[in-house]
Amino acid sequence: MIKISLCLFLVSVPFFAIICSAFSEDRPTDRRVLVLLDDFAIKSSHSIFFKSLETRGFDLDFKLADDPKLALQRYGQYLYDAIVLFAPTIDRFGGSVDAASLLEFVDSGHDLILAADTSASDLIREIAVECGVDFDEDPTAMVIDHTNHAVSETEGHHTLIANDDFVNSEVILGSRKIEAPVLFKGIGHSINPSSSLVTKVLSASPAAYSANPKSKLSSPPTLIGSAISLVSVVQARNNARILISGSLTVFSDRFFRSGVQKAGSTTKHEKCGNEQFFVELSKWVFHERGHLKAVNVRHNKVGETDEPSMYRIKDDLEYSVEVYEWSGSSWEPYVAGDMQVQFYMMSPYVLKTLSSNEKGLYYTSFKIPDVYGVFQFKVEYQRLGYTALSLSKQIPVRPFRHNEYERFIPAALPYYGASFSMMSGFFVFTLVYLYTK
Amino acid sequence: MAAQETSQSATFRHAFGNVLSFAVLLLIGVMAFSIRLFSVIKYESVIHEFDPYFNYRVTQFLTKSGVYDFWNWFDDRTWYPLGRVIGGTVYPGLTLTAGTLWWILNSINIPLSVETVCVFTAPVFSAFASWATYLLTKEIKGAGAGLTAAALLAMVPSYISRSVAGSYDNEAVAIFALIFTFYLYIKTLNTGSLFYATLNAIAYFYMVCSWGGYTFIINLIPMHVLLCIVTGRYSPRLYIAYAPLVVLGTLLAALVPVVGFNAVMTSEHFASFLVFIIIHVVALVYYIKGILTPQMFKVAVTLVVSVGMVLCVAVLAVLIALVASSPTKGWSGRSLSLLDPTYASKYIPIIASVSEHQPPTWPSYFMDINVLAFLVPAGIIACFLPLSDASSFAVLYIVTSVYFSGVMVRLMLVLAPAACIMSGIALSEAFDVFTRSIKFHLVGTTQNPQDNAGDATKVTQNDVKSEKSEDTVKERSSRKSKKDKENIEKPSLVSRVEKRLLVLPLETSVMAVFLLVLLGAFYVVHCVWAAAEAYSAPSIVLTSRSHDGLHVFDDFREAYAWLSHNTEVDDKVASWWDYGYQTTAMANRTVIVDNNTWNNTHIATVGTAMSSPEKAAWDIFNSLDVKYVLVVFGGLVGYPSDDINKFLWMVRIGGGVFPHIKEPDYLRDGQYRIDSQATPTMLNSLMYKLSYFRFVETDGRGYDRVRNTEIGKKHFKLTHFEEVFTTHHWMVRIYKLKSPRNRIRGKTKRSKSSLQKSGTSPSSKRSTRKRNPWQ
Repeated sequence: MIKISLCLFLVSVPFFAIICSAFSEDRPTDRRVLVLLDDFAIKSSHSIFFKSLETRGFDLDFKLADDPKLALQRYGQYLYDAIVLFAPTIDRFGGSVDAASLLEFVDSGHDLILAADTSASDLIREIAVECGVDFDEDPTAMVIDHTNHAVSETEGHHTLIANDDFVNSEVILGSRKIEAPVLFKGIGHSINPSSSLVTKVLSASPAAYSANPKSKLSSPPTLIGSAISLVSVVQARNNARILISGSLTVFSDRFFRSGVQKAGSTTKHEKCGNEQFFVELSKWVFHERGHLKAVNVRHNKVGETDEPSMYRIKDDLEYSVEVYEWSGSSWEPYVAGDMQVQFYMMSPYVLKTLSSNEKGLYYTSFKIPDVYGVFQFKVEYQRLGYTALSLSKQIPVRPFRHNEYERFIPAALPYYGASFSMMSGFFVFTLVYLYTK
Repeated sequence: MAAQETSQSATFRHAFGNVLSFAVLLLIGVMAFSIRLFSVIKYESVIHEFDPYFNYRVTQFLTKSGVYDFWNWFDDRTWYPLGRVIGGTVYPGLTLTAGTLWWILNSINIPLSVETVCVFTAPVFSAFASWATYLLTKEIKGAGAGLTAAALLAMVPSYISRSVAGSYDNEAVAIFALIFTFYLYIKTLNTGSLFYATLNAIAYFYMVCSWGGYTFIINLIPMHVLLCIVTGRYSPRLYIAYAPLVVLGTLLAALVPVVGFNAVMTSEHFASFLVFIIIHVVALVYYIKGILTPQMFKVAVTLVVSVGMVLCVAVLAVLIALVASSPTKGWSGRSLSLLDPTYASKYIPIIASVSEHQPPTWPSYFMDINVLAFLVPAGIIACFLPLSDASSFAVLYIVTSVYFSGVMVRLMLVLAPAACIMSGIALSEAFDVFTRSIKFHLVGTTQNPQDNAGDATKVTQNDVKSEKSEDTVKERSSRKSKKDKENIEKPSLVSRVEKRLLVLPLETSVMAVFLLVLLGAFYVVHCVWAAAEAYSAPSIVLTSRSHDGLHVFDDFREAYAWLSHNTEVDDKVASWWDYGYQTTAMANRTVIVDNNTWNNTHIATVGTAMSSPEKAAWDIFNSLDVKYVLVVFGGLVGYPSDDINKFLWMVRIGGGVFPHIKEPDYLRDGQYRIDSQATPTMLNSLMYKLSYFRFVETDGRGYDRVRNTEIGKKHFKLTHFEEVFTTHHWMVRIYKLKSPRNRIRGKTKRSKSSLQKSGTSPSSKRSTRKRNPWQ
């Protein structure tokens, strides 16, 4: 009996190992993606987007959002690494899934693509709010722009917007510049200005506003100008990434294939920027880009190789760290010139920019200040689009030992002379006093 | 022939007396040791209270790493992130003593643990202290007084309170060092021997190593020297007793890292230097007086006085300039509070906040020195009959120590030996008179006059002996007095006549002896009671007796054990500073502040955090890398010295550095209240919230048994902290700082329907939730 259970155990160990390695720190790219849809028509109407994901190696699992057998985790393990939520109208998820479990999915480090639309349900709005994005509360409102709309024969309300107000970040949108404007038709949202985690990727032009296009404006719109964000990304503190779009149709094959001409502009683009924009964005969301890792944080005294458990004040030390970026398939050296290390005790005593050897190794050396205490080597690297690097390593710095001070101080020579001459003088005096009569 | 016989019998009696007093001393030592073992028998062999835990930890380090590493020890586990240089900031005497004891025991193959050695260091040294008392009192008033004083000191409650087994604190060895230094000083004064003077300096060095109270010695001895000079008792012996002590003692004191240049730079030591100058001037005057004719001397006096005045003025000016140039006028806060008892409570809350720095109440005198308080005046009178150098020192000692004990309850400890010496003298003198009277009457009634005369000569011879010894004390020329026996015989006859006049009636004497014995018996009963009941509690384990038996509250160790088993090694624990030493020693976790209150700002930071609202407190703690916050709460079981009662000091100390904490915000009608009348600032402060979080779940109404009131705010949630552990009786509660939210919410209000579930989920996850133990 014991043997059998032992065998079972031995067999099961590698099995668990496989499961556990499905999503690991070493390979941050998502693999298993759950796509939640309102109905399966979307699967075909948005096939270009899905295809691009599949060709990049993602394992898509299409499910209806109200599928009663829907489950995100089994036996405490998440079944998916990311969710694409293309179900703007859903009121209740099927199975055991609800807004809270979806947010918990994000809080455990997984990614989410969320698309709302004009008829977005409270559920979708709530999830967006929890991520720091407020959709226009008027359920009928759409983003209207009378100056930057796309030229179109069928659409007279100027709700089909052609916009090229992208965030200026190569890591989010890829290194190739998006030439053509992006077509957008949907609702706008605002982001919490106090939140440092949300970034507007595609913001509306200053002339845009959010209102119901079919009725007359009775009161001034609440969302106006470039405060409106059309597409936003969120990077949570645990580096989970969320893409929130005010429109589902922007992902559709129709928009991906469509050409675009901006109102008032003569250049007519053969193909709008949607495909490039959203495909690049999905690469970022699914951690194929901009995911950094820092390894081999080392420090040692100059001239030594071992890491000491404690430094002394005024020691010279070397500090190095290796930083790599995930390219989707392998870790590539990350090259930047703005990485800094702090030698920190309640405030930074030393702040130095790290030199790079272009192969991922960052290093510097400095002298410990004349202050003892428990210091930290701190690297706080937060750049738009990159995962936050926050390294800290505690190291105590002690004062001099009793025998590390200089033995004789040249400046004190007169005092040495004084005391020794005093001693010898006293000795001579004693002799003279005692033995002369 | 007869004279030889009597002298033989006298030698025999003398030898017998020596053996007897040796045996008595041995027994006193055994008693001093064993009366302090109540704590071990009633509780267990543990280190007590707060400071002893630090000393224990330091001793452990010493035994593990050796003296040099101890000297250079930089401790990174306290005062995070500043750290503390232990080697340069502790008085190493106690640690080195216990470490040496441990090393000796181990090297002779007695494998005791460091903890055991530490626990029993104090009782062992109290035996030493009583022997030192014997020596000191013997120098002052003879062996009888010495034995009595030693017996009294062995069980004086004031000293027991600081030296029960487990109370491993500086005072444990320092009192011995104090008495022994005084003994050597008096011995030098009586003998004029440079050998004892050197020993005296070394004993003083040991005292400096052991306790900050050494300043008492270095001020008391100059005062006595000055007194002797002023009363015309200057002698070369005085010079030898004093001058080497100042020079050698100051040099040696400067070797102790924690004292260092303070030995010559703070005003606590200036008195000794001033008297050092004066004694030299006086010595010079006496010398010149010896070699000059009276006329020449008069001329010289005027010369010296005029020059001396100029010199004194110059020195005084330099001293005043030196003192005035230092920011605190050369006085450290603790010593200033000695001179002006209201100084500390007015200006330094961190000193005033310690209960042992408060002035004592009258009952505490009776509690701590009991009947000695009534015997002391008698002892002082006895010291004046006749007044010698030594007895004047004893009088000076008792007078100053009475003053200091009135300033600070902790210094009652310095008073205790003085009171014992005085009472010992008083008792012994009284017994002397009474027994002599009884003996006189008994002998007088039973024997005929002739024998009586012989006996009387015997008595007188004994008197002569005792007088002789007294004379030697006075004259310090024992050899001479031996030679001139005949000369002394005559005045002794006179004294015999005088002593006959001092004889009291038999009944009175018997009654008085009986009453004195009764008094002593009451003292013994009180001391044993104090040792057994009042001063043996180790304060980390509490007991309470109620109708259904004995309750033991072992919450502190429970909490510290939880910390050491459930947190990471490098985690930082914040608590009010009282618990810093215990946390580092028992839980082995880094603390922000501890009982060595060297950095007021750091303590004020923690005080501010405790008196701030949750968010602000979280920010402060997070900036200090704190992971856990520990609060002590006595409201459930009625443990009065909890953090809510200490809260006013957190507010005061915090407000002293960070002015946005204002004490009036926490006060209603000038009182700290936590009931429904409490101010909103109080109810929102972190300390209130951490203390009373979920408290209402215990009895349904939140009744605080310490403040005897229902708490003001009963139902509230914590947003930035989460409860991770609460001990069995809720005495220690540990909270963890929540990490910042993973996402930042948008501005839209959450709709009720959609997030009902998410709202309840965090509370259901809490696994450490505990039921009220009383239900």
